[in-house]
This record gives sequence, C-alpha cells and structure tokens, in this order.
Amino acid sequence: MRRWSEMAWRRMESVWRKRGVCDKIEKGGGLRHGRERDFAQSKLETKQRFSRRRSKVWDREKIVIIPDHYIFTSDERANRNVDILRDFCTEQNIKYYYDIKDIGNFRANPDYKGVCHIALAQEDSHTCNAGAFGQFASGIGNTDAGFVMGTGKILLKVPPTMRFILDGEMPKYLLAKDLILQIIGEITVAGATYKSMEFVGSTVESLNMEERMTLCNMVVEAGGKNGVVPVDKTTLKYLEDKTTLTFEPVYSDDCARFIQEYKFDVSKLEPLVAKPHSPDNRALARECKDVKIDRVYIGSCTGGKTEDFLAAAKVFLASGKKVKVPTFLVPATQKVWMDIYGLPVPGSGGKTCSQIFEEAGCEVCVSTTNRNFPGRMGHKEGQVYLASPYTAAASALTGYVTDPREFLL
Amino acid sequence: MAPRATVSPSSPSPTTYHGPCYVLGDNIDTDQIIPAEHLTLVPSKPDEYRKLGSFALCGLPSTTYPVPFIHPGADVTRFPIVIAGANFGCGSSREHAPVALGAAGVRAVVAEYYARIFFRNSVATGEIYPLESEETGIWKECDTGDIVTVNLAENLLVNNTTGKEYRLKPIGDAGPVIEAGGIFAYARKTGMIASASTA
Repeated sequence: MRRWSEMAWRRMESVWRKRGVCDKIEKGGGLRHGRERDFAQSKLETKQRFSRRRSKVWDREKIVIIPDHYIFTSDERANRNVDILRDFCTEQNIKYYYDIKDIGNFRANPDYKGVCHIALAQEDSHTCNAGAFGQFASGIGNTDAGFVMGTGKILLKVPPTMRFILDGEMPKYLLAKDLILQIIGEITVAGATYKSMEFVGSTVESLNMEERMTLCNMVVEAGGKNGVVPVDKTTLKYLEDKTTLTFEPVYSDDCARFIQEYKFDVSKLEPLVAKPHSPDNRALARECKDVKIDRVYIGSCTGGKTEDFLAAAKVFLASGKKVKVPTFLVPATQKVWMDIYGLPVPGSGGKTCSQIFEEAGCEVCVSTTNRNFPGRMGHKEGQVYLASPYTAAASALTGYVTDPREFLL
Repeated sequence: MAPRATVSPSSPSPTTYHGPCYVLGDNIDTDQIIPAEHLTLVPSKPDEYRKLGSFALCGLPSTTYPVPFIHPGADVTRFPIVIAGANFGCGSSREHAPVALGAAGVRAVVAEYYARIFFRNSVATGEIYPLESEETGIWKECDTGDIVTVNLAENLLVNNTTGKEYRLKPIGDAGPVIEAGGIFAYARKTGMIASASTA
C-alpha cells in the first residue's frame, strides 16, 4: 500500500470486510464500497447537479437529508438554499427528509448567519462525531456527496489507526472536552492526518454517549479521518428506543496492530483550554486565570448537547451568583432545547437548566466550540479560547479564564 | 466556471503554470481561505462563482500577511500559484475553500501536505492542483511575488527569482481527475457514470 504499513492496513481491512460493504479493495490503497447511509446537509450545489441532468439518486431510502448550518435566519441566500433542498427532496422522493418548515417559534436574528446543530451528516467536517457509535463516519465535500448520492459509491483510502488508551477514574471537574484537548495538544492539529483515531480504556467505557460524541467530534481538529469508540452496553442501551433494525457491531481483531499508541492516566489530568489561535495550543485553565474575557459561548455540535448544559448548570448552581460577561447558550438541537427547559438538574431541588441559567443572568471568547482559528467566530483579530462546559461556565462567573475547580470542589 | 489549464502567453503548456507566487505558512485553515459568511454563495451561478473568488484568502490576518491576495476592488488574484507550509486547508469540510481559490485564479498550490478533506475537495471539484513538495520548509525560502514555474510533467517547482528548484511529489491518480474537471467529469469520461447525452 502506498504510504501505510501492511500491519496497519490489516486492522481497518478487517473492519471493512466484516461490514460486508466492501466489495473491492483495490491495489494502491483505494477501495470502493456501497454506502449504508449517506447523510447530506443543505448543499445547494449538489442538488443542482442532479436537477440539471434529470438524474435519480441511487437509493431514496439510503439518503438522509437534514437542513443545517443556514437555518432560522433572515438571510435570503440561506433560505434559498433550504427551499431548493426541499424541492430536491420532493422531486427525488427522499424518504428521510427532516424539514424545518414550522419555524414559528424561532425568532430570525438578522445578524445570525445560522446555527450549527449536531448533525450526523456527511457534508460536515464534524461528521466524525458519529464515531461515538462505533461507526465509520467521515466528512466529505459537496461534490463527493453528490457522487455518493448518485452512484452509492465512494473512493476511499483505508487509514491506519492510532489508538488512545484512556484509563483511570474521571475526576469530577473534567469532561470529555478536556480529554480531547489533551490529546490534540499532544499530537498537534496534523498529528492524525489521514489516520483513524480509536478511543479505548476504562475511562472511555465510563463515558456516556454524549461525552463519547464530544471526544469523536474533534478528531478532525487533529487531522483525523475518523474517530471511533467501540460499541458496548452503553451504546446498546442508548440505541434501545431509537431503532428496531438489527445491526452487527464490528471491533478490532485481537491481532490488529496500530500505527501508534498513546496512554493517558486520566486521574492525573487537569481542566484545559486551547489558547488562540489553534486547537492544539493546549494550556492549563488555571495558568490562564489572568486572561480577561469578553463573552462566553456554550453550544455547537461539540458543546451544545444536553449533558453539556447540565454540566454548565452544575457550575452555576454551585456558585449561586450571576455571570460577569455576556454568556450565550445555544442548544444544538430542538430536543436539547426542550431538555434545557424540561429536565431537572441533579442536586438543584428540581430546577431546570433554563431556570438556573436565567438566575445566573445568561442570555439563552471562552467557547465550547471546536475551532479557534483566526476569524472563526467573526472578527479576524478575535481571540478564542476553547474549553469544556465546566470551564466555560466558571469563566463566565469570574470574567476571566477560570479552572472550574474554583466552584466544583 | 472559469477555464482551467488553458494555454496562455504566460504558460508554455497546459501542464506548466508560471507567474508570481503567494507565500503562506503552516496550518492555513478554511476560515482563513474563505470565511463562513460567504458560504451562502452558490458556485454554479457564474456571478456568485466570481464573487466567491473575490473573497479568497480574505480571512488572513493582515499583520502576518500585509500583501493582499486580491487587490482591493479586483475579483481575481495576480498570484496563480500559492506556496504553503504544513497542513494546508485544515478545518472545515467546506468545498468553497478550493473553489474560492480556483475562482480567484489559483492554478496550483504547493504545500508540505494537506488536510484530508481539503485535498479530496480539490480533486473532486478539479478546481486546483494540490501538489506536495518533497522537502519541508520551502515556503521559508520563497517570498510573495517571486516568479515561479510549476511543471506537472516533471514534478518540479522552479523559483526563477532565487534560482532554486524543488522536487514535487507526483500528483498520481488524482491528476487525471483534476485534469478532467473533477470527479463527475472524470466519471463520465471513463464511463463510470452515464454521460449527459445518455442520462
């Protein structure tokens, strides 16, 4: 194989063959396979390619389409995107299309270009999020996605695998975000380029599904092709009420070998941030306590899940005070939004996240997002520190980058 | 779409590109190549394609890169070749990144290596040649404005201003795809999918 050793190739190969989706592994590292599911976000370009040629998608039941990124906005071009997407789905009779037609309750903010949701999607670099379910999930561009939708095939190089063994009891002031910032800081933003990242160990097994998603979400920030957490009883429990279809999990063989292995004793780790302007610019949160901040953002596919908001609520509850800087909370999906208003926060005497956030003075950059490159959150000169929801909430309370142990211990 | 690989007075053959280069460092991410606010532009519309091109690399911090990639008021760049360091195109999967560069008039990027989604998108769209240099650090030996020649057939980058030559890694299987104009054009040409006349 070009570029990879035979041994690394064998691990991914065993996964691909078992899946039964690989009908031809080509010499030179390429392989073609039938795609089980192709998810597509609102990508006008792809749809237009089909309309022009009066083509049909390869299988109307194996494509899932979810408008995302450019929704609930007054931007005309963004809304145009969604309209054309809807027309395409109607024309192609796509079975699984999740429309956003009923937007009555959402106020369009003219300054907003859109909201990034958790999307188990192909046309998004954070598709790797879905690796938390033991899936191979990788981001591709519009043209690649159009090709898959038309042919049901994609040309891929099988990546070698890096293994990350995380052991030890997870301290109560750490979250999965701290773990992935630790890893990216270790291997750099290109450390996993063209490689698969596998997360194993007792700590990983103790994580719930949302925390596993946070871990896999940011593998692309290390250049990774995909991330994966092996399926276990936690995965199966989560999926119990979500599907009746049978599926067969795949695992690394006993003889699988890995291109690199990293071991971490999680019990010794501390809350981290990634300083501007790179996700690998790792630093201890406590060493940044003199950094004055202007605002805090808790949201996005990386840090806008129910567990993330419960974590932030825990810190606000422990403090009992109001935030010192504007703090924006953006649920990643409608379900998360409902959870924030509906679920009681443990130890709060029955209060919901929304009540706690309101009392703390949050509006419904320390940021729980995934990238802090220049201009990522607007202004080119803006400085963004990436952090966990605990660290973000703690920082909101002090107005400085703050280690959450100030409130949680 | 703007024509690619055409023979022009400054290019001796379709496999050679010649002109001033624009030099970038490591980890140039997609937010710098094309900020998110411009992603609602649809490249298949010619006027929006041109507009997208006019925003290429507008996300670069001006303190680090004082020479604008595109002259204020212009739609296209005067730099057909970009020379960069490691991990070019890291960040988002936005296909607009290689498309904006191509629309701006970039023909080839020579970098140490690429983020994988950017590399795939460059090939799938056929907008630019994402070439890799054999050596690292060549961006440190080149200055924006140096006149360079990229020779695809010989796998060579020549900096005519400094006189130095650099070996490039062959583009390999991606070459014919880019030359055809991207993955759809290539698939039709090779019979993988039906051509327009038989669709």
